[in-house]
Amino acid sequence: MLSLRIAFRFLRSNPAQTALITCGMAVAVSIQVFVGLLIGSLQSSLVDSTVGNSPQVTISSNTKVPSIFAWDSIIDTARRSNLISAASPVAAGSAITVSNEKNIPLLLKGVHIEEADRIYRLKEAVYQGNLYVGSRDVMIGRELAAEIKAGVGDKLTVVLPDGTETIFSISGLYDLGSAAVNKTWVIANLRTVQQLLGLPGRITSIEMSVPDVFNADSVAAQLKNELNDSNLRIENWKDQNQELLGALRSQGISSTIIQVVIIFSVIIAISSVLAITVLQKSRQIGILKAMGIRDLSASLIFIYEGLLLGLAGSLLGIALGLGLLYAFDAFTGTPGTGNTIKIKIDYGFVLISWGIALAASTLAGFFAARRSLKLNPIDVIREG
Amino acid sequence: MAAIVELKNVDKVYRGAVDTQALFNINLAFEQGSFNSIVGESGSGKSSLLYIIGTLDRPTGGELWLEGYSTSSLSSDGMAALRNRTTGFVFQFHYLLPEFSAMENVLMPYLIGHRNADDKVKKRADELFDLMGIARVKNNMANRMSGGQQQRTAIARALMNNPRVFLADEPTGNLDSENTAVIYRIFREVNRQFGTTFIIVTHDRRIAEQTDRIIEIKDGRIVMDLLK
Repeated sequence: MLSLRIAFRFLRSNPAQTALITCGMAVAVSIQVFVGLLIGSLQSSLVDSTVGNSPQVTISSNTKVPSIFAWDSIIDTARRSNLISAASPVAAGSAITVSNEKNIPLLLKGVHIEEADRIYRLKEAVYQGNLYVGSRDVMIGRELAAEIKAGVGDKLTVVLPDGTETIFSISGLYDLGSAAVNKTWVIANLRTVQQLLGLPGRITSIEMSVPDVFNADSVAAQLKNELNDSNLRIENWKDQNQELLGALRSQGISSTIIQVVIIFSVIIAISSVLAITVLQKSRQIGILKAMGIRDLSASLIFIYEGLLLGLAGSLLGIALGLGLLYAFDAFTGTPGTGNTIKIKIDYGFVLISWGIALAASTLAGFFAARRSLKLNPIDVIREG
Repeated sequence: MAAIVELKNVDKVYRGAVDTQALFNINLAFEQGSFNSIVGESGSGKSSLLYIIGTLDRPTGGELWLEGYSTSSLSSDGMAALRNRTTGFVFQFHYLLPEFSAMENVLMPYLIGHRNADDKVKKRADELFDLMGIARVKNNMANRMSGGQQQRTAIARALMNNPRVFLADEPTGNLDSENTAVIYRIFREVNRQFGTTFIIVTHDRRIAEQTDRIIEIKDGRIVMDLLK
């Protein structure tokens, strides 16, 4: 404890230098925490907006007949395996609607609304009207509604490739966050679409979501194994979005590089300040050695200095980093600014950053401590 | 009376671009409770001898026996522990730690050896301040005292662990004649009260003449050993 007491007094005896290095470290740690959390949030927002509201695993037919018959048992098997969080049977086919003498291509998508809601969060996406209920109701997206100038309660005529015309009533308008989807998807009752497409009892695909989106590939592989049916094609979002995954990986690597550089700069900055402290306090160390302090205790003084500086600098830095993040969120998160980053504080990351900063500053103290070992009390006394 | 410090055939060579031999075959013994001085010109080797006696330095040849222990086999930490327990040092400059108060400086040698100071130890520190006549400045920071007060604080610090050997290297070199006289009176009083062995290095013969034994060193060799 004597070493700790001496370390504390040494730091207190030079308040300007102590404050400067603490602030320097705080700034470095705050940037590290800010960048780390921001990029983490950015990645999670990106994944969430790209695949969070869409199926992560899709099962479709692998044969010439593009439909699946025994889909109930496939969904049961998938649910029993506990690998998925939601499964939605889909019967979908292309169609058009005519507006202003213009053919507008559509995807008529029949779903079980409760199941589809678990994947697409339809309840949140509907901004006008309600989720459809009847067999002749549909929901259309924001862009389509704007193009055909239709709203809730209006009629929508859907023309299938065989020329069949069906008139639906628009029960709701949705916004799924993608213009392409909003413009083409017409969401209807599963049974209705099955009948219209001539697929009674059959569906075209099963859409599934999984608890951890990054596990979608292994879930797909396990499902393939469990279902053991070569007539089924099982796809996952990771295989279909290699570019996005590559971008996320690159972003993660650049974030790590920035953080590593910051940690190194912390080590170098504190090491150089503590090396100067060893020189500044060489007389004191010399006289403590002359009084019989052991080498380890003398070295511990500088390790404790590093630890104390690290403790103050990292805590201040974390507070500053979180403050920056809240400020960022407050400024960019206001409605209408187009901010899509949902800030998420990963406390595990903050804790790890704190631990790394403490370890780095203690390591810097260790370098200074090694220098102090070489101090000989006689040299100090001879120099006066 | 038994010797508390004994040097047997001690040589000291400083290694460098050109090796310099500071001490040649020194054989000396100091008895417990004796009051000694080592005199000599500047560069004669008297300080080198004192640093070896105080285990601050190791001889390149020969042996030092301190309180019955041979120091040649001791590790650096072993020497530090022996130094902390057995010896008290005072130099020409006070070398107080400016980050601590006078009281904390005096307690420092005890804290190095024992970690915590209880009330009994603090009472002893108070007694030393009284003995030095500087009780009223004991809570001052070390750099907020006069030169004489600082040197007396340094002496109190050297006496804190009740050392059996008190080593002083030109202890009054920076002080005026009045403070010098007070300090030698204190040395004598401590020597009488506690039976502490004093070895004082000085180049001032008038000071040396107040001690019971004068050892003169010239060019690293003992040229006179006078016991009054």
